[in-house]
Amino acid sequence: MDETRYFHWRPGRAAAALALLPTAFVVLFVFIGGAGWAALVSFTSSRMLTIWNFVGFDQYAALFRFPRWQVSLENMVIFGFCFILASLVLGILLAVFIDQKVKGESVFRTIYLYSYATSFIVVGLVWRWILDPSLGIQHVVRDLGFPSFTFDWIVSQKMAIFTIVIAATWHGAGLVMVITLAGIRGVDAEIWKALKVDGVPNWKAYLFVILPTIRGSIVTAVVLMTIGVVRLYDIVVAMTNGGPGSATEVPAKFVVDNLFERQNIGLATAASTTLLVLILLVVVPWALWQRARQRRMA
Amino acid sequence: MTARQMVPDGPRPTAFGPARLGIYGFLVVSAVFFLMPLYVMIVTSLKPMEEIRHGALFAWPANPTLAPWIEAWSSACTGLKCEGLKVGFANSVFITVPSAVLAITIGMVNGYALSLWRLRWSSLLFGALLMGAFIPYQVLFFPLVRMLAAIGFFGNLAGIVTVQVIFSLPVMTLLFRNYYASLPYDLFKAARVDGAGFWRTWRSVMLPLSGPMIVVALILKVTNTWNDYVLGLVFAGHRYLPMTVELNNIVNTTHGEREYNMEMAATLLTALVPLAIYFVSGRWFVRGIAAGAVKG
Amino acid sequence: MAHVSVRKVDIAFGTVSVLDQLDLDVQPGEFVVLLGPSGCGKSTLLNAIAGLLDVNRGQIWIGGRNVTWAEPKDRGIAMVFQTYALYPQMTVRENMAFGLKIAGLPRLEIENRVREAAAILQLKPLMTRKPAELSGGQRQRVAIGRALVREASVFLFDEPLSNLDAQLRNELRVEIKRLHQRLGATMIYVTHDQIEALTLADRIAVMKDRRIQQFSTPEKLYQQPANRFVAGFVGSPAMNFQAGVMERADGGMRFRSGAFELPVDVMAHTGTEVELGMRPEHILVGESEGQDEGGMPATVEMVEPMGAETLVWTSVAGLPFSVRVDQRRRLSVGQKVSLRFPSQEIHLFDRETGARL
Repeated sequence: MDETRYFHWRPGRAAAALALLPTAFVVLFVFIGGAGWAALVSFTSSRMLTIWNFVGFDQYAALFRFPRWQVSLENMVIFGFCFILASLVLGILLAVFIDQKVKGESVFRTIYLYSYATSFIVVGLVWRWILDPSLGIQHVVRDLGFPSFTFDWIVSQKMAIFTIVIAATWHGAGLVMVITLAGIRGVDAEIWKALKVDGVPNWKAYLFVILPTIRGSIVTAVVLMTIGVVRLYDIVVAMTNGGPGSATEVPAKFVVDNLFERQNIGLATAASTTLLVLILLVVVPWALWQRARQRRMA
Repeated sequence: MTARQMVPDGPRPTAFGPARLGIYGFLVVSAVFFLMPLYVMIVTSLKPMEEIRHGALFAWPANPTLAPWIEAWSSACTGLKCEGLKVGFANSVFITVPSAVLAITIGMVNGYALSLWRLRWSSLLFGALLMGAFIPYQVLFFPLVRMLAAIGFFGNLAGIVTVQVIFSLPVMTLLFRNYYASLPYDLFKAARVDGAGFWRTWRSVMLPLSGPMIVVALILKVTNTWNDYVLGLVFAGHRYLPMTVELNNIVNTTHGEREYNMEMAATLLTALVPLAIYFVSGRWFVRGIAAGAVKG
Repeated sequence: MAHVSVRKVDIAFGTVSVLDQLDLDVQPGEFVVLLGPSGCGKSTLLNAIAGLLDVNRGQIWIGGRNVTWAEPKDRGIAMVFQTYALYPQMTVRENMAFGLKIAGLPRLEIENRVREAAAILQLKPLMTRKPAELSGGQRQRVAIGRALVREASVFLFDEPLSNLDAQLRNELRVEIKRLHQRLGATMIYVTHDQIEALTLADRIAVMKDRRIQQFSTPEKLYQQPANRFVAGFVGSPAMNFQAGVMERADGGMRFRSGAFELPVDVMAHTGTEVELGMRPEHILVGESEGQDEGGMPATVEMVEPMGAETLVWTSVAGLPFSVRVDQRRRLSVGQKVSLRFPSQEIHLFDRETGARL
């Protein structure tokens, strides 16, 4: 760190500290204090009201016996895996293809990203309409002369979760495209020249040199998407509201429902604390990895 | 002509080969996938229910009508009341404007204090703030509801604005911290040598340079707040439900035959503000998500 | 070893012409430096030879083959870049082997070549490291190694030393020269540093304004610059220039600028507007005014010690001239001296065209 960055001019430093005070307050009491409070409540027998009666891991034991929670977790894993994979593949392919000196590049980019600007509620509602079995795509194809065509995933217990994958990928692949393309464009032009002199075919250049070089950006995109997976709520509410049955229930919805509808605070905080731990399991190693990388660069 | 082809001279002849065709093919098919929902929304919102019942999802409306749009805006039912989306629209404006102004101002000052002043605890504070960005909202719902209720901020405009500002503090701070750190540090030193203090340096030197980042932050914050659903649902109270919540209520409280055309008009209306920002700002929008994402 | 020939090449970026009807002939085994200020088109020319840029018109021949339309990999070239352009995720060994693997060479052959190049460049202890773990000088040696294993007949260098500090630059310069002597391959080297050019090159092509201004040996470039630009660009400290006119006098010619007059050996029309060029190291300094036969009286105005030599700024008949003297000569400001301008070291350039008279 640059030595000259440390100033010892008291009044200015005091003003700076004062300016940061509200933020420090929020971090300390809302982020850390709030998460800690919720974690603490999860070890009590609280239901409608908070009762400071500690029961150890009872709420967690109850939680993991709850079929709806089990389904929610399972859905989160299925959704997370499919959504992240689909968005990565589509987003990276789009970025690489756009990078081939195509005409109308900015038009394509604008098209691939606009969905990212819309609300999850909008995304959920429009896909629910398109996938509606009685009037949506299934109906259109049947009218085209394929009367036995079936595409009713949204009302199918087994397949409904994948309709949410489709909608979420439509919303989020553009983000991967933007992050990847920014990474590709940031690669030194002389690396490309070296690849041409070495006679490396285009696809091998991307696969073995360019994409590994920008893997930091891609990992960042994956972390961001993982956060989105854990937070997944709005799309489900708009698209299926957890149904059919409980086929598309997700953990974040479990927390909100138990907190505000079923008024089971202990169970809700146990669920939300579990989510927090899951997030930390992803974010902390990533943050450490980033720090180590930045140290190595410096 | 054949002689000229025998001797390579000048630019390499380019052929529009199958590879190029494949590239454009993939890009165009993808573009169709991305555009299709927007197209379906638009045509559905312009059709009378009659046409929709016949089920040509992709067909252009034979008798285009604006009636669904008018209904969605002014008379669709959101639960018990039937005043359309205009109430939600106004609420979203009431929520978005103060949240954006507050969040950007605080983010700016935070970024400035963290990047240029280097207090003893600043890197720790910044690290903790960034971790805050990763906390799922749901974790903080219970404690936040209790805290806000204690000071009378639960279920009203002040409550939802406070929550919106709190949850965007990390990203706003990050944006401005990185931006100020990218400016030449000598500028800051020069102001200090000239005897300017903390606030004076910010107001006279840093603020005038912050224009581009303010635009980026504004785009990011307005879009995010406008698109929020769950915070509005939990913290805004019945009087200030934002447009996204009202939209979901319209669609999910329908009894009898569902008016798909009105639903799609309502959906489009809700998407209109962020889409307008996106199509007008273009590169700035991309800059915002790139700046928020890559380092985030 | 291959002959490289650039024939009437035009290159333009959009409407901006970068190279204009350019010809360049490089003999097999020759070390040619393309020297010029930034934006003169030297890197563009190198990239065109490599096949990294399309020419708009003209042809490029390497080793007797018209390669104008050939891919870079099929031109028998290897290239070293300013930013090293090492593949960041690969070790030193993988960086060197990658091109050969792509070309489908047998593994044993690849291993042999990499081992040999590593030995030449003393890279052995670094083979398993990644570029990020190397210093700038080591990275550039690896990049040279990657070029070596291609066993190309032509090596292209695009400002390879510009990102290194002064000492490393000197070390690697010597290494590149040694490499050229050892391999005997044709080498084309782009730089804006005249020291690199003068020390490395068999011949230097000085470029400016889309054209080659002069293409000859370092000695000739220094002794007989073809025009005003080359004279000013090559040589340090820079040549003195004074504008004046040609006059006839005493059966010979004379250069005059105000009160400054100097007999010269060049034939030119009376009244021709010219520029006189005189290198600081060629002006001779006599002890004091008048004592020296044929000397011109001058006053010392400023003294710049430069280590082994001292640069002395003088005024002669109202015109400033810088003079390079040995550091042991003690001259002080205000001192009167006499200067002599040996006629064989005088350069004269047409003021309008810049061409040497």
